[in-house]
This record gives sequence, structure tokens and C-alpha cells, in this order.
Amino acid sequence: MQTYFHSVTLDRDKCKGCTTCIKQCPTEAIRVRNGKARIIKERCIDCGQCIRVCPHRAKKAVCDSFDRLKNYKYTVALPAPSLYGQFHNLNDIGIILTGLTKIGFDDVFEVARAAEIISDMTRKYMTEKSNIKRPVISSACPACVRLIKKRFPELVGNVLPHAAPVDLAAMMAREQAVSKTGFLPSEIGVFFITPCPAKMTETISPVGLEKAPMDGAFSMTEVYIKLVGAMKDIKEPEIQATSGLIGIGWSISGGEGAALLNEKYLSVDGIENVIKVLEDIEDDKLNEVDFIELNACTQGCVGGCLTIENPYVAKTRVRRLMKYLPVSRNKANFDGIGEGLSWEHELEYTPVWQLDDNVQGALAKMQEINQLLKELPGLDCGSCGAPSCRAFAEDIVLGRAKEDDCIFQMRERMQYMAGTGDADEYLPPPFRNSKEGEDT
Amino acid sequence: MSFLSELIKLVYQVDGDDFTAAGSASSDVKRIMKQLGMDSEITRRVTICMYEGEMNMVIHAKGGEAFVEIDDEKVKILMKDKGPGIPDLNLAMQEGWTTADETARNLGFGAGMGLPNMKRYSDEFQIETKMGEGTTVTMQIWLNGGKKVA
Repeated sequence: MQTYFHSVTLDRDKCKGCTTCIKQCPTEAIRVRNGKARIIKERCIDCGQCIRVCPHRAKKAVCDSFDRLKNYKYTVALPAPSLYGQFHNLNDIGIILTGLTKIGFDDVFEVARAAEIISDMTRKYMTEKSNIKRPVISSACPACVRLIKKRFPELVGNVLPHAAPVDLAAMMAREQAVSKTGFLPSEIGVFFITPCPAKMTETISPVGLEKAPMDGAFSMTEVYIKLVGAMKDIKEPEIQATSGLIGIGWSISGGEGAALLNEKYLSVDGIENVIKVLEDIEDDKLNEVDFIELNACTQGCVGGCLTIENPYVAKTRVRRLMKYLPVSRNKANFDGIGEGLSWEHELEYTPVWQLDDNVQGALAKMQEINQLLKELPGLDCGSCGAPSCRAFAEDIVLGRAKEDDCIFQMRERMQYMAGTGDADEYLPPPFRNSKEGEDT
Repeated sequence: MSFLSELIKLVYQVDGDDFTAAGSASSDVKRIMKQLGMDSEITRRVTICMYEGEMNMVIHAKGGEAFVEIDDEKVKILMKDKGPGIPDLNLAMQEGWTTADETARNLGFGAGMGLPNMKRYSDEFQIETKMGEGTTVTMQIWLNGGKKVA
């Protein structure tokens, strides 16, 4: 089994050990231990929710350093279309593309172009393979794909078994650079400009492909800071955008779905909404749709936690840029394209929530958890470092915590120490016993 | 050391006033079955049976109670309400037959598939009903060797 790499990491100095992130994590993957938030690696899906909510900015996404560009003879930037929504008063995408060549890249390949080809392929896949499980679920958002892999065993077969636009863009960019320069493929550095940590994680441990086709990823925020300066001096773009509205539309929720030119799709954004919809599909409650587009971030990739602009503003800007563009400017050439794009295996379920390998053992542990839950206060206060009393009970049974870690168990001890007196006076107000007739 | 399997007992109060809360018991059971490592198809069948039962209780009976027992052989679901009872069981078991009111139908419920689905997705299905007193549905789903439902 491969070791887990996660882009989402902790700045230990900044972490105060508060309970904000543990409560917001959609996969209950964080625990506070010794005053610091610790990630349970096998549960994390790199959605970036903790980065968004951390009041101390202690959670961050690790991306590649710009210095890595020096290791290659020729470098190509792969801008995600969400980058286009970050700039105020921008009418020509060509200026961004030209700007990228001014800050250290030799060339640019728009991910939006590959997105149009992926849309083409998906349309074909949906019409030709009539026996596939419906609804087909998009594989473009790696955080959502990981979520399905870890939590929705019934749905792994619904996931579109091919790579995301960025992967195809990386392959095409490298091929194009090789024929342009004559360098070896390994001498060319292809780097994604990512709006989110999930895509960064993909460059190191991809969820579907054996090996990631790009060499790394830079944070959109970091690139943005370099770009704004460089773009100011560009009067006339030297590179023209070659994607249509379909490709650019992939950056906002609804774009990928609309590109299928089939009304029977659903576009879901925001990780909590994604979870709800996946639950519904699992329970056979969503029979009327053919395709589900999932985006872990609000409003789609423009809501990624490495973007600069508010997702709603960015979405409006993307919409404006899409106006008057041709629908699509890139077609799939089905003979050559697609090779290496299909996943070699169907997505496989990793039961990270399973209590035990065998049912007997799991039943015994569940029994213990339910017993413990009766003893716990049910306040989900987070003082023990777990997001809820239930998660805490699971931690105890799985050996990740001790019963004494609960502050209420501590109250019992205080009571004992206080003898006949009232332990309440030693405790902070939320943890004191409530008396009858008190205001509520 | 006992050779008897652990028996997980779960009790849920199904709130009759709140349409939007219906389904919370079934999703809790689903979560627990996943943690137990139960087969995903079995889990799906149990969830559907429970969900339909919950919906029926909310639509027709102003709520009720659900009792779930899980061991290493089966999942047993007992759903008990103090609703009006079902006047004609044969009719009620027919697909598409519904007495749900307009509010429920407008919300997309009451398609007349509740009881038929509960029967279809469970291995054993029993229903007892008494006018003016209520309805009790008992369902069992075997973990191994149960039926295959497409």
C-alpha cells in the first residue's frame, strides 16, 4: 500500500489546539492531541475545509516551490480555468496566458482545452455504454472521488473511470513541447496552477491513474501574486486563448454538467451537499438523473481554498468571460486521445470507517461504543479532542483515546476529590450541573 | 467466552411532525452497518426498507418507533406506530396504491411504493394492522444467502 501524501498540513506554531477544524472536517479526520490538530491520514480527502475554517491560519496546503522550474530545460504552465476569474477588469484571457510566460514559464497550455475534450469523451461514453451504472458520477474533483472511495462502497462503480482535464492537459502539453523543442519528455516540466490542495495531492498520489502526468503543482495564490505585476505591462497578448465557453465553464459549478448537452444532470457544490446527494444516490432516491457533477468547494473550483477572490465574484467574472465565446474549440480525436487517460482499475472501496476486519469483532466494538455513548454527556464539546462524543467513543474502542480524556469523567473525579462538597464550583459554567427552575 | 454473537439493539423515535427529518433513522443504521463492514448491497436493502417504513409512519401515522437488531446473521427491523391502521392490506400492498394526502404527494412522496418496496427488499416481511390502533411491520434481512434484488 502506498504511503499517504496530503497537501493539507499543519503549521504547528500557529495551531492553538482549538476545536474549530475537528468540528468542520467532513470526514472526522482531525483530532487535537497535545494542543495540536492532528490529521488521521487515511481519512483525509484533502478537501481543504479545515484550511478555510481555521481562525489562526494554521492549516495550509503544501504545494511545489517555484524553484522546481529550474530543474527543467523547458517548462509549461497549466492554468486551471478558475484562474481566469481572479482578475478584476479583465476582458482578454490571453493577457493571463502571456503573463505566465513572463513569470518563468516557457509556454502555456490551457486546462480548459482539455476539459472540452473530456466533455466530448464523456458524452460519447454516456451514449455508447448503455450498461454502465447510473447516474454516472464525475471524476473531476479528487476530493469527491476520495470521499466516494472511502465512504460510499455502493457508488465506486458509478464514477467515470477516466482522468480529469488537468491530466489530459499535462499529457498534451508535454507531447506538444517535445515536438516543438526536440527535448526529451523528462526534460520538460509541466506544472498545474491549482485552486485547491486536493489537486496538489493528485500530482503525488493520484487516486485513479498509476502515475500523475504532470510534474507538480503551484498554488494559485502564489502564482497570482507574481502574475498581477507581470500582467500590468502587457498591452497586447502574445498568446491567444484557444478554449471555448464549455472549457472555461468547468471552473464553476454546473459547467461540467451543462457541457454534456443533456438535461438530465445534477450539479452539486460544497462538500456537505455532496455528502447528502451521495447518500441519496446510495438509497436509490435520485433515479431521474443520468449524470452527477460534484464539486467539494462552494461554487465549484472558483471556490477552492487556494484562490484569491470570493467564489461568487469569481463565478460572475468567469461567466462574463464566457460570453461571446464559441461553445467549444477543442474536439476529441478519438483515435489517439484517451490512451493512458482511462483508469486501469475501477475505483476501489477503502473501508476506513470499518471498526474491524470481521463482522464479529466489529459487532463487539459497536456494542462497546454504544455502551460508552450512554456514559458520555452527548454535548459534543470537543474538549477531548474528538469532534463528537460518538467519535470519541470510537476512538476509545479503537485505542486512540482514553475514557479519562472526557472532561465530564474528570468532573466525576473532581466530585470524588471534593468529597461531600460540590464539584461544580471548581468547574467552568458550561460543565456545571443544571438545576431545576433555571432560565433556559 | 461465548459463542453467541453480539447483538446490537437500536431504538429510534420517528417524529411525525417533520417531513424533512424522516430518513434520519435509516441513515443512522446505514452508517452503523458501514462501520460494521456489512456488505454494501445488504446495507442498501436495509436502508431502503427502513426509509420506506419511516416515510409511512410520517405520512400516515404521525410518527412511531423503530427497533433494529443487528447480529452476525441478520438485521431485524420492527416498525411500530399508533396510527389509524390500514383498512385493506391487499390493496395497500399493491404497487402504486396510495392514500397519501396531497401535501405528501406534492413533496414527491406517497407514490404507493412504500410497502411493496419494504416487502421486495426484505427477506422476511410481516405486517399486522388494526383499525384505530396502529400498524406493526417486521422485516428481516439475512446477511448471507438472502435474496438478490436488482
